[in-house]
Amino acid sequence: MMSKIWRNGGFRGFLVAALLLLFQGTAFSAYPVHEETLENGLKVLILENRKASTATFQVWYRVGGVDDPLGRSGISHLLEHMMFKGTEKHGPKTFSQTIKRAGGIDNAFTSKDYTGYFQLMSADRIPISMELESDRMTNLLLIESEVMSERDVVKEERRLRYEDDPQSLVYEEVMAAAFKTHPYHRPVIGWMSDLNSIVPEDLVEHYRTFYTPNNAVIIVVGDVDPEATMKQVRTWFGGLPPGPPLRKAELEEGPQYGERRVTVRKEAQLPYVLTVFKTPALPDRDGYALDVLSSILSEGRTSRLYKALVHEKKVALSAWAGYDGLSNGPGLFYLGGTAALGKTAPELENSLLEEVERIKQTPPSEREIQKAKNQVEAGFIMEQDSIYMQAKTIGAFEMAGGWRLVDQYVDGIRAVTAEDVNRVAQEYLQDNRKTTGILIPQKESEESL
Amino acid sequence: MSTLSGKNYPAWAAYLALALCLTAWPAAAGTDQARIAEREVLSNGLVLLHSEKRVLPIVKISMGIYAGQTEETAELAGLSSLTAALIKEGTVSRTADEINESIEFVGGGLSAGGGGEYTTISLSVLSKDLELGFELMSDILMNPTFPEEEIARKRAQFKSSIARQKEDPGSIAEKAFNQELYGNHPFAWPPEGTEESLDRITRAEIVEFHGKFYRPNRSWMAVVGDVSRDEVVALVDRFMKDWEPGEPARDLSVPLGFPDSRKVIPIDKKITQANIVLGHPGVHRSHPDYYAVMVMNYILGGGGFASRLMDSVRDDMGLVYDIRSSFDPHKTIGAFKIVFQTKNESASTAMNQVLHEMERIRSEKVTAQELADAKAYITGSLPLRMDSNGKVAGLLASVEYFGLGMNYLEDYLEAVQGITEDDVLRVAREYLDPDHFILVAVGDQDTITLE
Repeated sequence: MMSKIWRNGGFRGFLVAALLLLFQGTAFSAYPVHEETLENGLKVLILENRKASTATFQVWYRVGGVDDPLGRSGISHLLEHMMFKGTEKHGPKTFSQTIKRAGGIDNAFTSKDYTGYFQLMSADRIPISMELESDRMTNLLLIESEVMSERDVVKEERRLRYEDDPQSLVYEEVMAAAFKTHPYHRPVIGWMSDLNSIVPEDLVEHYRTFYTPNNAVIIVVGDVDPEATMKQVRTWFGGLPPGPPLRKAELEEGPQYGERRVTVRKEAQLPYVLTVFKTPALPDRDGYALDVLSSILSEGRTSRLYKALVHEKKVALSAWAGYDGLSNGPGLFYLGGTAALGKTAPELENSLLEEVERIKQTPPSEREIQKAKNQVEAGFIMEQDSIYMQAKTIGAFEMAGGWRLVDQYVDGIRAVTAEDVNRVAQEYLQDNRKTTGILIPQKESEESL
Repeated sequence: MSTLSGKNYPAWAAYLALALCLTAWPAAAGTDQARIAEREVLSNGLVLLHSEKRVLPIVKISMGIYAGQTEETAELAGLSSLTAALIKEGTVSRTADEINESIEFVGGGLSAGGGGEYTTISLSVLSKDLELGFELMSDILMNPTFPEEEIARKRAQFKSSIARQKEDPGSIAEKAFNQELYGNHPFAWPPEGTEESLDRITRAEIVEFHGKFYRPNRSWMAVVGDVSRDEVVALVDRFMKDWEPGEPARDLSVPLGFPDSRKVIPIDKKITQANIVLGHPGVHRSHPDYYAVMVMNYILGGGGFASRLMDSVRDDMGLVYDIRSSFDPHKTIGAFKIVFQTKNESASTAMNQVLHEMERIRSEKVTAQELADAKAYITGSLPLRMDSNGKVAGLLASVEYFGLGMNYLEDYLEAVQGITEDDVLRVAREYLDPDHFILVAVGDQDTITLE
């Protein structure tokens, strides 16, 4: 997942947003999320935010790319597309049309760990979402002709996002090399050959297994009353039968014995470098220090990578770092950049590594640490401007181990010292955790050879 | 989006498409809340728009300045963007580092962007840091020094960005389309200029561009959030008191011509998809037909999954992941276009379907249901477009630029609700031309067959 975010160098922004908006103004205690679990196992999380008359209704399922069977990569994402193809009661093509008629917008997303559906609209129209979402949680039609047509749509999506985008191809290659036994090896959108082999029966099986009330979480944020909303949720979802408990395999990635490297030669203009290091995920204590580390390296014009690589050496058009700690599998620390015109991939990579060495050798200054913490706190307040981001934050934390983790998060960030940052850089930014991908631009004629 | 995005085009796309049409409505539409902000013209000519919102301790400022691409010449394309990118790179009293360190240390944001119809300045701060942010913003507006070294650096960065865009087939197609459509108008060239034009721009021209156009009587400032009108005026008095008015803004109106026939521009690139942009001149924002055109476009291809293009080319035929049509309105001109991507070998089939839909909406009335649905969305989604301080500030800046007035929300609702099936048919016939358009196709020309 995360492809969009880290490519823009803004991954850290997500995590910061993720954290911060869960806290109200002054005190760092978690937002008053109303939590309740129905008898059928459906968990409901509601957060009141009355600053405008809108609300978002979201359903998150604990199924993502990691759950795609062997040879069927991309099936969780294809199923997400099929969720808009109708039920007996609400025919094909009607879902989004109904939401739009109500003045709302809707969409969905699939990651390596989860799949989410959301609507945003005037708060008083949220029951329309509930009716539609409860219906498609159990009554989805998976008609063969629709499946085959939507499979074609996803193949176009794959061409658009990956095959014709050389930097995205590097990401796909790096993840495939970094993970051998863990399913993070495979792209969420699926390999083209796997997409070609998915048939409707596979989707029916996947849907029956994972789309159950006990494998889902409802999240509501906005101009709503928690009690009244719970009553509506019980009306629409309380009667749905639970599925059998899911037994998910324990997934682990085996040891790595040195740096792994992959090369992509494609028609392109500028060299590009992407390095990932396998790290712990939150709530491991070191995650907080890794997050502050990414901020010091990458947040803003005064960050180390911007100043050194973009401004002073002029070796990069962009350079960034990011920590993805909200993960069911291993966490990842990203480091990368696009070379400036006329600069080579080795020049760029060496400059990136110099900055890593520098922070491994000497702890950052107190001011850098304080700036990172200030940015976290300000970002937290700013993000409360968006109910959509608040809901996504609650969801991302919930999927990664529980929404209450946000409490620990702010304390965790506040406790980070310069020595912690120095130590985690030494411990995790090293060869046995490292996979590097390099894009070497080819002229058109070279590529076709 | 943090994730591989879903069934839809990039999230928010439909939403943004409409936001571009400057549609908005307050939560309490139709009540005395309908006025979207207080507007006044200060003594130096600066237009101030203010909306107080005290729920969160934040302030968002969105400024517009008549210093866009429309003030450039083709020779010096990129001058507006380069100037905007440089105002943060040092002032009479502060180095670039001091400016950036001050704002970033408190977790705020200050940015400037040129190109397009006007230059924008954005400030985002916690209300406790408003004074600091406002002082920095005033300083970069009024006192930039444009050091030669920084100019060279930015010029090189712009050139790298131009190279990077050549990796993106969508942006290649867009540039070729704009060049053909806009002809002699400044929108014909990319906002960041070209390798050649960037080399021609000297420091003297940047200094002159800034001195001439960054003036209060060519500027408007929308302030939204945890601050009163009097506090804002006090800040202006304190930090902008030496900002002198200059030449007033002028209207730039260059009519656009339709091509004589269908003009096809093939661009060869060995990729898997054909990236298509098809279009012709559209309507400008103040045109009386603007709202009818907006409703018609929603039904044709602006309404996401509620639109005919998405319904047929994606849902029925499985040929695209995303397809959309838009009427991009500018102040005195406008553009219509349809954009999609499909595997090279499907380009012709998809094109034929697109042309069929253009013909269909011109030859028969839309259904009553389609019209009702379009109006329900366009009016019903208004609260969503004003539910954050950032959105309101951006909206106010646009409303001011287009001269829509502080009651524009009411005017807007009235205009949309009055549109009939006959209006839609009439504007489809008047503003869609399936025989005279520009078609850019970036992709593998050995496989793409377009007749």
